[in-house]
Amino acid sequence: MNSLRVFFVGGLISYRALFGWLTPAVYIPALILTPIFQILLFAYIGRAAGSQGDEFYVIGNSIQYASVPCIFVMSQTIADERFFQTLGPILISPAHRVPLFLGRALPVILNALFVAAFALFAGGLILSITFSASSWMRLVPVLAVAMFSCTGLGLITGAIGLRIRETSVLSNVLVGLLLIFCGANVALSSLPHWMAEIGRALPLTHAIAAARAVTNGATLGQVQGLLGKEAALGIVYTIAGFGLIRFMERQSRLHATLERV
Amino acid sequence: MSIFRIVWSGFRTNLKMLGTSTFFLLTSTVQPVIFATVAFYMFRSGGRSGTLLYAALGAGMMGVWSTTLFGSGGMIQWQRWQGTLEIGVASPPSLALVYLPFSLANAFTGMYALAATLVWGRLVFGVPLHFAHPWLFLLALPATVVSLGLMGLVLASTFVLYRYANAMSNLLEYPVWIASGLVFSTSILPGWTRPISWLLPPYWGILALRHAALGGGVWGPLAAVLGLGLASIVVSFFTFRWFEHLSRARATLALT
Repeated sequence: MNSLRVFFVGGLISYRALFGWLTPAVYIPALILTPIFQILLFAYIGRAAGSQGDEFYVIGNSIQYASVPCIFVMSQTIADERFFQTLGPILISPAHRVPLFLGRALPVILNALFVAAFALFAGGLILSITFSASSWMRLVPVLAVAMFSCTGLGLITGAIGLRIRETSVLSNVLVGLLLIFCGANVALSSLPHWMAEIGRALPLTHAIAAARAVTNGATLGQVQGLLGKEAALGIVYTIAGFGLIRFMERQSRLHATLERV
Repeated sequence: MSIFRIVWSGFRTNLKMLGTSTFFLLTSTVQPVIFATVAFYMFRSGGRSGTLLYAALGAGMMGVWSTTLFGSGGMIQWQRWQGTLEIGVASPPSLALVYLPFSLANAFTGMYALAATLVWGRLVFGVPLHFAHPWLFLLALPATVVSLGLMGLVLASTFVLYRYANAMSNLLEYPVWIASGLVFSTSILPGWTRPISWLLPPYWGILALRHAALGGGVWGPLAAVLGLGLASIVVSFFTFRWFEHLSRARATLALT
């Protein structure tokens, strides 16, 4: 019961604190408007390059951009605790670490889901691409699985944030690598084999492929293989992230770097 | 002489400070390389490999704009966090003159981006670096960079008033990339965006660089980019004075 309280109440308070400080003046430009412009940029490059249609970029970029809230917000949720000197009180509390940190991940997933869905809707609207109601019904679970797996990666960066200070640099690099490797703008078949293989081991890649398939009429059953791989990657990243948090926590105590900002 | 000393010492100090910022170095080197890589593969998959130099220049200019933008937003924000913004405001020279060298240093660092994408394109994608007018390219590059820096100065003046300067920086990155047609021709954009493009130094800057590299008239875009740079400096002196007054009247200068 206490773990459930830590999971839900702790996660909610952490989320409210994060966005209480970020405020709408930061949230709207960063998470509502910028993804739309990213979609437009790549759609126009795509037109100039003659590579893919607009729908390819709308779906790819709306899901890829959600890595920003997944990775940045997740790592900030942990790193900001250190910045505001509240990490120590959290880590000395007797609360179990699983609900403590996974509770912080849940609002991140829901927030990223909203960011991706809004970008998909708005980007589609601007480029005259409409998704049917049935497509949306199939897209929502695909997006949810994508955000879960990417938040797993965010958990890893958050864990690294317990030891290093430049989490925003690390997050930026990861978001950039996803832009190259996850098939958001370049189909995996157009990438060199080794790059495509890396892409398949990263979050979002399978979900983007699944999202493109369901908007072309595939059922969820037909993309269950892709969704299964995406979810499996999410579980692996989440477990790795959680394990890394425990490891880094011990290292931070050992090297007295817990409160170094 | 005094003006020259302010500009030179400010330029040198900011360049040193930027050199110690991992985030800024990332923005000016790694990020443009990432965008260049995506652009290269997009052009390749579209069967237009001949335009790789075009893409490299565009991705490099994207980096120049990003560093100008984040540098302009960041320099005000950093000074605010460190409590030195008030000292800059209180100093005898006008605030625009205090921050002019900072903007120039930001844009200068942006040249790393262009260098990074050209070297990356050459080494990894075999992009041929044969410039149609190499001397004009060498002339167009600093002119463009300085002009972007001066536009950054206008933006910086608004950031004196606006507490969430970094969020504003994020918002302005993509729209200017798009409206300037850095990686594609603006002819594929809706017609109503054309006047916006004309007002942006990056639009004329990339035209000058592209024509110098691939062939075409360089002097027209070069004159336009220099003209907009001069206009920016005039505008920034007024806007700095205005926003400085507002922020002092509202006592928002030190708010973080």
